[in-house]
Amino acid sequence: MGESSEMANRRGHRAHPDGGSLSIGTAVEERDDAEPPSVGLPVARIEPSRSWRALGLGELWEYRELLYFLVWRDVKVRYKQTVLGVLWAVVQPALTLLVFALLFGRWAKIPSDGAPYPLFVFAGLVPWTFFANAVGASANSLVGQTHLISKVYFPRLIIPVASLGAGLVDLAITLALLILTMAAYGVGLSWRMIGLPALLVLNVLTALAAGAALAGLSTTYRDFRYVVPFLLQLWLFVSPVIYPVSLVPDEWRWLLYLNPMTGVIEAYRWALLGAECNWRSIGTAWPVAVLASLGSVAYFRRAERRFADVI
Amino acid sequence: MSSLAIRAEGLSKQYCLGQREQAGRTFREMLAGAVRSPLQRLRRLGGRTDGETFWALRDLSFEVRTGEVVGIIGRNGAGKSTLLKILSRITEPTRGWAEIRGRVASLLEVGTGFHPELTGRENIYLNGAILGMRRAEIRRNFDSIVEFAEIAPFLDTPVKHYSSGMYVRLAFAVAAHLEPEILLIDEVLAVGDLAFQKKCLGKMHDVSRTGRTVLFVSHNMGAVSALCSRAIVLEGGEKAAEAATDEAVRYYLEHNLGGAAMAWTLKYLPRAQPDLGDRVRLERLDALPEASEGFRYGEALRFRIAFRAAASLQRLACALGIDDMYGSRVITFESDRHGATVDTLAGRSYRVEVAVPPFGLLPGNYLLSVSLYSGARYEDYAIHFGTLALHPLAAGTAQYVAPRPGRGAIHQDSVWRIEEVSPEQHEEGHAPPPATIAVERRA
Repeated sequence: MGESSEMANRRGHRAHPDGGSLSIGTAVEERDDAEPPSVGLPVARIEPSRSWRALGLGELWEYRELLYFLVWRDVKVRYKQTVLGVLWAVVQPALTLLVFALLFGRWAKIPSDGAPYPLFVFAGLVPWTFFANAVGASANSLVGQTHLISKVYFPRLIIPVASLGAGLVDLAITLALLILTMAAYGVGLSWRMIGLPALLVLNVLTALAAGAALAGLSTTYRDFRYVVPFLLQLWLFVSPVIYPVSLVPDEWRWLLYLNPMTGVIEAYRWALLGAECNWRSIGTAWPVAVLASLGSVAYFRRAERRFADVI
Repeated sequence: MSSLAIRAEGLSKQYCLGQREQAGRTFREMLAGAVRSPLQRLRRLGGRTDGETFWALRDLSFEVRTGEVVGIIGRNGAGKSTLLKILSRITEPTRGWAEIRGRVASLLEVGTGFHPELTGRENIYLNGAILGMRRAEIRRNFDSIVEFAEIAPFLDTPVKHYSSGMYVRLAFAVAAHLEPEILLIDEVLAVGDLAFQKKCLGKMHDVSRTGRTVLFVSHNMGAVSALCSRAIVLEGGEKAAEAATDEAVRYYLEHNLGGAAMAWTLKYLPRAQPDLGDRVRLERLDALPEASEGFRYGEALRFRIAFRAAASLQRLACALGIDDMYGSRVITFESDRHGATVDTLAGRSYRVEVAVPPFGLLPGNYLLSVSLYSGARYEDYAIHFGTLALHPLAAGTAQYVAPRPGRGAIHQDSVWRIEEVSPEQHEEGHAPPPATIAVERRA
């Protein structure tokens, strides 16, 4: 780094009076002597941590403002390119919907449990698109922000979580689009929509479970991020987005239920389209999502100790 | 009695040699390893690593009282940055512990987390949050930050359109308004233009006077001397000295101006093709047995330059240039002015030796560059092969002359006389000049 002649101005060398200098001569001696009240200050202890440790959710809460700003940044930057930003949130699910509706609904004649197939597939696409985008963004979030990780301290979990948060804006847009499409098909809103907030929580938890673990893995193993798109593609096919659960033979359904996205998608269809409530899938999804999130965050906490060293 | 702000006991940090390769550790290898030897994999998951290791920081213990401003000095790789990273909790120590009383903010780099697409205003909030400021705190300091950075007219312009100077000013301005009890700083002062640096230093000085505890890592002995009351010298990850600043700086200079022998292989600046020479090496030939990063003030510069001619050329000459840190040329030494040229044959190697007598280059950071040129077309043919930092710093020695900003980079001794005169003498004009001007030369 450069050293300016200014800085090399040594103690004891009084600066020249006619400007262009500083009187930095007696920095120490002149210090105000008021003793700061340091007694009540929190003491942080820095030491090697055990390999598994607490989830640190309290600390996460302390840094909620940073979380807010990171989400705000992602959203802002995303929609700064204005038209394209909002458009992309609309175009991506709309095109997917079009292709799916034609391909699987009209030509492959995949059943949809009585609902119009486009609505059926759209209700699945809304949570799925959020999930896939959020997990993809989370998984790459740390690798993309190495400069933050190697320079500033904050709970690392904030970064993948912020990626989820930014995805929520897109989710709101697609959800509004879905409700418009429903209106076009003459499907009205029902009282079941009060279940939506709980559903969103489940949707986010599922994304967190996958996102945090994949973020940790992608940071620890450099090539893991190439695995992520493949995993997501596979995951799409084991989630009932384009097909109903009823298409799967009875004896295999329990496997499908272990995927919490099954519960999420079925619950969306229940809340919006008035599909039958499948308690088994929704009931399995909650504990699986909660446990998976806990496990995923625990793994993340374990891996994060080494992030700054390996990144 | 002052209370302790920082207490560190036996802090150590071990890195695996090839940690970098471990960074590139792949999932595929992990899987392959898992198939080959499950046991080894388990051990690795357990956090144990095999392979060679080195200690970036070894058994470092020290205490900093509340309100103290302590400098951390040492060569590159002495463990300074590792220490700051541990104290700011970016990385964990391998052994030992530290206790820190109060909120810590670290400035390991200014502008961390700036987003080019966002405006100056937005980046102030974002960067402030990243550095650990509360929103209310940022709002309260907002005007002061803008004023300090001198970017008011561009507040709503995306920072990608900022000049690098504006960018750095804004970044420092945000950082300078942190209000932690403990501030960790890693050489962020060397930013911006001279006027702004002056402001930064002034700000640092203010900070040190508010009773805040500061750990200041720097290569810049001048800044350390100006700001710190005490300094810790690190060498090879261990504490080599801890003393009052002047003493610590003297220790550092005495022990580190000499060092491992050094020869630099210069890389040519980005150019499609080196058309005069390649494999240019620069080697120091010092009066001192060992070469070093720095040069003492008032010391002759002696270099050996080796290169391979890329073409057969008539009267190829070599030049040594010194630029100040703002990119202005301070001086150029040209071999052809002293009749030293060579007719080259393509592919042959040549060696140049040059000695420059002491010429009063003031302490500071400079860039040293080597040029090759042929014929009258100097400008066209000159290739800068690389640059080196030159630190003629010998603070603490009798010959040390402190630089003053804006007064140039070279000191030349001169003889002066100032006396009081009567009004008549004032009016009657100048006395006849002395017959001779005696010029004393320093030994």
